[in-house]
Amino acid sequence: MADYSIEVKSLTKRFGGFTAVDDVSFEVNRGAIFGFLGANGAGKSTTIRMLCGLLDPTSGTATVGGFDVGREPERVKTVIGYMSQKFSLYEDLTVAENIRFFGGAYGLSRKAVDSRLPWVLEMAGLKGRERSLTRTLSVGWKQRLALGCAVLHEPGIVFLDEPTGGVDPASRRRFWELINELSERKVTVFVTTHYLDEAEYCNDLRLIHAGRIVAGGSPRELKSEVIRNPILEVSSGRAVDALEALRQEPWVLETSIFGTSLHVSVADEAEGRRLILERLGRAGIVPVRIDRIVPSLEDVFIHKIEEHSADAKNGEAAP
Amino acid sequence: MRTLPIAFVGPVMRKEFRQIRRDSRSLIFMIVIPAFLLVMFGFALNFDVKNIPLAIVDQDGSRTSRGLVEKFRTTEYFRVKAEPDRTADIDRLMARDKVRAALVIPETFAEDLLAGRSADVQFILDGANALSGSTAAGYAAAILQSYSQRITLQAMERRGFGSLTLPLKTDVRVWYNPELKSAKFLVPGLMAFILMVILTTSTAFSIVREEERGTMEQIRVSPLPPAALIIGKLVPYGLISLASAHIVLALGWALFGVAVKGNYFLLLLSIVLFLISGLGQGILISSITRTQLVAFLICVLTTILPTFVLSGFVFPVRNMPVAVQVVTYLIPAKYFLVALRGIILKGAGIGAFWEQILSLAVFAIMALALSMIMLRRGGATRGRRTRQRSTEREHERIPERRAP
Repeated sequence: MADYSIEVKSLTKRFGGFTAVDDVSFEVNRGAIFGFLGANGAGKSTTIRMLCGLLDPTSGTATVGGFDVGREPERVKTVIGYMSQKFSLYEDLTVAENIRFFGGAYGLSRKAVDSRLPWVLEMAGLKGRERSLTRTLSVGWKQRLALGCAVLHEPGIVFLDEPTGGVDPASRRRFWELINELSERKVTVFVTTHYLDEAEYCNDLRLIHAGRIVAGGSPRELKSEVIRNPILEVSSGRAVDALEALRQEPWVLETSIFGTSLHVSVADEAEGRRLILERLGRAGIVPVRIDRIVPSLEDVFIHKIEEHSADAKNGEAAP
Repeated sequence: MRTLPIAFVGPVMRKEFRQIRRDSRSLIFMIVIPAFLLVMFGFALNFDVKNIPLAIVDQDGSRTSRGLVEKFRTTEYFRVKAEPDRTADIDRLMARDKVRAALVIPETFAEDLLAGRSADVQFILDGANALSGSTAAGYAAAILQSYSQRITLQAMERRGFGSLTLPLKTDVRVWYNPELKSAKFLVPGLMAFILMVILTTSTAFSIVREEERGTMEQIRVSPLPPAALIIGKLVPYGLISLASAHIVLALGWALFGVAVKGNYFLLLLSIVLFLISGLGQGILISSITRTQLVAFLICVLTTILPTFVLSGFVFPVRNMPVAVQVVTYLIPAKYFLVALRGIILKGAGIGAFWEQILSLAVFAIMALALSMIMLRRGGATRGRRTRQRSTEREHERIPERRAP
């Protein structure tokens, strides 16, 4: 067996005429925090569902924990934990009852569940609330409990599908601390998110757009290797007008609005500053300041999506 | 880590019991509603025709005619509500629903009889209720017939034939339900009806609810086998339905005097087999529906209607058109009813309805097998539908940026 805990080769899922996941391949190292980053509907959940054996792939192969997802789905189920997008514990059971049920569902004996119970309570910070009905817990507690239930049986791999949706920042931070702890114990964490700031916590990332992987690597690699051209942040107070003015200029490689400012990608920093000032001056806009910035993951993402869309268009236009 | 499939049943069962215990509404649905239905139907669904309001117009007023009127007065089938003078009044009485039948004895009644001619007696019926109307006509005809025979005999005696007896003497005896009470006939039917509706609906709900809340997906990624899930759900819901069935039986005995004549264990066996097929049907319904509302509607359509109309509960299967009779073979309640009536009313042994028990067993096994297949497949098809929807909707959205 290789060192990878997940290996995916040319995985494809089609629903009728729509391709949700298109020829996706990647490997995940043991103990990695592997992030799958993309918009809603980009194919993240479909991929995760195929890897957990909830969906059959149209073509391609995937092995999880050394077991083939298509041929040995039952074996796969014994080595993974899964936490779905939607909170999915029993709201009408207490904290302890949920833990006991899922322990049973994972085939743990009652004794084994008894010994794991304090650990999960500790981890989720739910000590003393064993007897609370789950529906009375806040979203943050519920998510930690769900994670606890997903790792009850000490799986080597956990799949977390958008685990932090609708949670306050403090709970989100706490949740990511738990993910780090799991990773330190050599548990592979496969996490999907559409929050770019969360992607920074991952040590390996794939950007997925319209079913295809458009970029991959650690956040640092992505930022330094994908984007080589300098990016200038133009603050003017009239971001939309500035965007209109600059958009059509041939020397502007890429531009997009970030809040009240504009990110402009140019070939050369000094030349770019001069051209921007000159063009905006003609439009009657006086920039407050122009700074060179370190590209964020969002810049990487937008760059890659535009590149991808342009390719797709050229492909269609070709005879 | 290998765990025997049977070890998975316990956790599911405990979980279901806890959930049912906390959900007092569904517990009431399963325990109180059946008893309530029995009382309601038992008293309301009464096909016995008694005390039919009757108007009598005795234009003759002779001793002979009064003798006939007396016959109608003394039977429990009719109750004389009005004695108008003119036949024209009957129309008014019937239109206002004061009476449902009318007897008109003509002026010449006694005279005709004495003269040896046949006398015309008119019996008018309100046909708006065809069922009770035809029964009433039957009673009236029987009373008139026997009175007519008596008059004939008397006349012949007077002419010197001595004491005469009729050549054919009918002695009708009704077995199993001597008073021909509807309740006795209905209690077994109601039991089938109630068990089917309650169990199918609760099972379908319990699974659709898990799908709606996403817990089913969580179960699908666990090694928990579908068979353990089904058995884990069957046992609690089955036990509650069984308790419910016994409450219905006890009430049937206390209120309508329906006692179980036959073997109790045969009764239990048929109930259990019937319950399993109802549970299977519930799981099948849950596998093709996404919301509890739709599940409920399909349950109503596939349990209440067929059990009520096609099982022989209310309308005898024999009287149905052949095409409809063929359909009734697909209704488990039909077999259950035959077995149940056999055991409860007739005290019959297994020899009388082993075919029914066998059919029920076949239904139960098929239902269990099908529901396991459907649960196993459920993941893929359901996932597809959800996926497609969210993809169409949110395809173009860009990732959100969050304040760090």
